[in-house]
Amino acid sequence: MRNMKKNWWKIVAVIFILYVIIAGFLMPVPTLPILHETIRNLYFHVTMWFGMIIILMVSLIYSIKYLSKQKNEYDIVASEAANVGLFFGVLGITTGMLWANFTWGSWWVNDPKLNGAAITLLIYLAYFVLRGSIDDEEKRAKVSAVYNIFAYVMLIVFVGILPRLTDSLHPGNGGNPGFGKYDLDNNMRLVFYPAIIGWTLLGVWIMSLRIRMKKLQIEKLEN
Amino acid sequence: MASISKDIQQLLLKEFTLEWRNRHSLNGLLLYVISTIFVCYLSFKNIIEPTAWNALFWIIILFASTQAAFRSFITESKGRLLYLYTLTSPQAVILSKMIYNMLLIAAISVISYLFYALVLGNVVENSSLFLIALLAGSMGLAAILTMMSAIASKAGNGSTLMVILSFPVVVPLLMTIIKLCDQAIKGFFLSETYQYVIALVALNLISITLSYLLFPYLWRE
Repeated sequence: MRNMKKNWWKIVAVIFILYVIIAGFLMPVPTLPILHETIRNLYFHVTMWFGMIIILMVSLIYSIKYLSKQKNEYDIVASEAANVGLFFGVLGITTGMLWANFTWGSWWVNDPKLNGAAITLLIYLAYFVLRGSIDDEEKRAKVSAVYNIFAYVMLIVFVGILPRLTDSLHPGNGGNPGFGKYDLDNNMRLVFYPAIIGWTLLGVWIMSLRIRMKKLQIEKLEN
Repeated sequence: MASISKDIQQLLLKEFTLEWRNRHSLNGLLLYVISTIFVCYLSFKNIIEPTAWNALFWIIILFASTQAAFRSFITESKGRLLYLYTLTSPQAVILSKMIYNMLLIAAISVISYLFYALVLGNVVENSSLFLIALLAGSMGLAAILTMMSAIASKAGNGSTLMVILSFPVVVPLLMTIIKLCDQAIKGFFLSETYQYVIALVALNLISITLSYLLFPYLWRE
């Protein structure tokens, strides 16, 4: 019973994700030209990006916390959150490319949002190369926290601010309707919001497992 | 505040003196740009297409300024950094390095522009706007690359790490500069492209502030 109290959110995650997969493929969706059934990708691609941004935000917060408190634990959380964020990013970019191939007729188009996605992956891959190239634990934690904060701010500028200066093919930019406006009817919302929560919770779950693993490894090394 | 600006002056003086005593390094940097541009000239002969002209120019500048900023922390010996640590505040160190790199990169990019236009042909119609973009751009590049050089120097993995750390972070700035220069090449006026100028200034401010706030954590080891 105590376990249930502590782990209820894991059950929520499983139920939400099962619901999203089943309802996402079976529930009725609005029939729109060009998009057709690919609109269902909204439940996977868009929500995975939301999950990624939230988890990367966790990484950022723990990096800031590390710099102010210098606790080793914060560094582990920051790096594992970045790891899971990177994983979600790869999933998001793959589902996005699949969708782009059906809707725009090409796997990759020159578009601020797509480029932002690619830059996100490059930044976090560089973050792990940086971590790998420093042996001293404390130094590694400090230097990578500094890079994480710097890179995240630049990323937000690149994804959130610069695209507004130019046109984009992506839904929600440059005259293209966003899904929120009139495509996202109430039926879709019923799946969309649980999907965001579900993927994020799943990410947190993977993260917490990896953190526990890391801590056990460190413990084993010390003894 | 007064003591910080005095420290910065002293540190800048130190940078200039050291650079002057080590002229071969500065000359090497200039030769690096000149020979890159010459290789581009030999491969392209003449670029009439403005987009290609602009993109090639900024790629050359990006590599040259990465090379220039790379030296700012790696070449400092451990002992000298420790000595500076006892003398002055980290803010003074990062600001002086940044200002020095801004001057250096601005000078290099103006020289490369002149040489680039000489051999590959000048397609720029509004050169004053192009120069503004060049100077503001080199300021931003210096601010970001100096900080990345500080991070890379802590890791001791050399120039590869410097490049993979900086390029993704520099992209928002670079895209804005390229857009602005594109407008300058097409002959737009400053009043017509003010949103890019504002974006560029804002990006510069963001990167300077971030470096100013974050560098002290790298400094204390």
